Amino acid sequence: MKTFEYTIKDELGIHARPAGLLVKEAKKFESECTITKDGKTKKLTQLMMLMSLGVKQGDTVTVSVDGADEDAAVASLKEFFENNL
Amino acid sequence: MQCFQGKSVYKGIAMGPVVVLKKNDYQVKRTRIEDAETEAARVDVALKASQEQLQKLYDKAVKEVGEASAAIFEVHQMMLEDEDYLEAIQNMIRTEQVNAEYAVAVTGDNFAEMFASMDDDYMKARSADIKDISERLVRNLSGQGDVDLSSIEPSVIVADDLSPSETVQMDKDKILAFVTVHGSTNSHTAILARMMNIPALIGVKMDLEELQTGMTAVVDGFGGKVTFEPDEELKAQTEARMQEEEEKLKLLQELKGKENITLDGRKINIYANIGSVGDIGYVMENDAGGIGLFRSEFLYLGRNDFPTEEEQFQAYKQAVQMMAGKKVIIRTLDIGADKQVDYFNLGNEDNPAMGYRAIRICLKQPEIFKTQLRALLRAAVYGNLSIMYPMITSTEEVKRIYEIVAEVEGELKAQEIQYKIPEQGIMIETPAAAIISDRLAEMVDFFSIGTNDLTQYTLAIDRQNEKLDEFYNPHHEALLRMIQMVVDNAHKCGKWAGICGELGADPTLTEQFVRMGLDELSVAPSMVLKLRKIVREMKVEE
Repeated sequence: MKTFEYTIKDELGIHARPAGLLVKEAKKFESECTITKDGKTKKLTQLMMLMSLGVKQGDTVTVSVDGADEDAAVASLKEFFENNL
Repeated sequence: MQCFQGKSVYKGIAMGPVVVLKKNDYQVKRTRIEDAETEAARVDVALKASQEQLQKLYDKAVKEVGEASAAIFEVHQMMLEDEDYLEAIQNMIRTEQVNAEYAVAVTGDNFAEMFASMDDDYMKARSADIKDISERLVRNLSGQGDVDLSSIEPSVIVADDLSPSETVQMDKDKILAFVTVHGSTNSHTAILARMMNIPALIGVKMDLEELQTGMTAVVDGFGGKVTFEPDEELKAQTEARMQEEEEKLKLLQELKGKENITLDGRKINIYANIGSVGDIGYVMENDAGGIGLFRSEFLYLGRNDFPTEEEQFQAYKQAVQMMAGKKVIIRTLDIGADKQVDYFNLGNEDNPAMGYRAIRICLKQPEIFKTQLRALLRAAVYGNLSIMYPMITSTEEVKRIYEIVAEVEGELKAQEIQYKIPEQGIMIETPAAAIISDRLAEMVDFFSIGTNDLTQYTLAIDRQNEKLDEFYNPHHEALLRMIQMVVDNAHKCGKWAGICGELGADPTLTEQFVRMGLDELSVAPSMVLKLRKIVREMKVEE
């Protein structure tokens, strides 16, 4: 399992559109991807649950990836967060 | 035959099939089902139909308003793929043996409730999206289909009222007429109808429950009458009148390419008011000399986040390039009052028309303003662009605007980004600005009189309140004197003055405006040639 932490820079936090794109990104991989904020963990493939975390600008989230293609998944998810959030 | 009277906002005649837009009118009933598998399969079929509808909406929106604004439909598609949501629906059908419509409605309510209870205003607003997708699913399940305005035959749109965001979604070629229960002559439906050159009736006391999509309607914008299921005689009469109107329109087309000049040689500019880049086609069709009012707030409406500098830059650049050297006057953000946008978080005000809006937002939240100014200064390089600031009441405001423009200029210069400081003018739409127009004229390049607000502030009449329509006298002497004063003050400083409010398009005043010395009238594209005809047939000296 691999994890990384990220602090959200986007003014609106993980709002609807990036959340949708994030789900799309996570679904490209076999590995199970999760996101944790304040002790609450949701799968990255669950759009509404992900949005329900209410991640805002300045919040730090932990992304965990577990599975066969975890290296590739972590790299591309990191890039996604940096470019979009 | 059923006939209703309303108030006409655009004089024209139309006949065609009716599309009734109803809001939340479908009551979902709970029924017990025997075969859960069949019921579950129905959800899949409805899902597929919903996805297809959303894809169509997305494609259309990308073309017309750009990818960023279209993203909402993409998000809806993704929400409909949400595993938790879909599983909850399937579970409910299987464990409770209920019909699919009921399972979708209840699940939708539960998820919407989850968002509504969050402490973040943005997320709260997402509960509306969940309700929207659930309603779409239920509509498809119950065989109501989508009110898909992109694939309908040209139709008469009948509705309770229409919001600006709803109108954004409409395909202008598919609308023969609007007939609404509510709205005032200055509502967005009305403004849009005038813009699009189509008959529209508002304040029609009809019962939407008794009307059905597929009925035929005759809309008579001259008499302010709508008739549903007309008899053969009325149909024949209507066709004859439509032909007459068409011939009149043809005559007007002959005026294309001609100057706006009176018989004794006085010239006036006749420009067009538009709300989006998509309207530039109407500007050209009607041979307007330029764009006198480009309402930039349409870039901000119908979306859930601020438009970026790049998006704005592209829209402005496209507009000035399409107009190829003709003047394009872009009014900076005029949000607030009757134009509300969730993500601005403006909050409720007791008196929004006199509240936090337009330039006041821009001066208090300069980061929003600066993004727009950067885009405008950059786009100015590509054509004949002018900037116009709304809701000015003092010289101090103009000074502050110029300070911010100077900051933006400094930043662009430091970043070595191409820009140009264009012509800058202000709207005269408060009595305060009209009265100190002698002082303001020294500071700005031009005035454009916004008669809608100026009238409402001068006469103390809320233009959204349909009860007051009878007191709303747009020809009030106070207003005409103010216009004269503004024009004279502009001319004393060698500046020009125009009108971009609805009054500018009033054909009964055109001769008077020319005589008053107005340099420009900016009107709905459909009015340009009508005013040209009046100008060309008049003399300044009576």
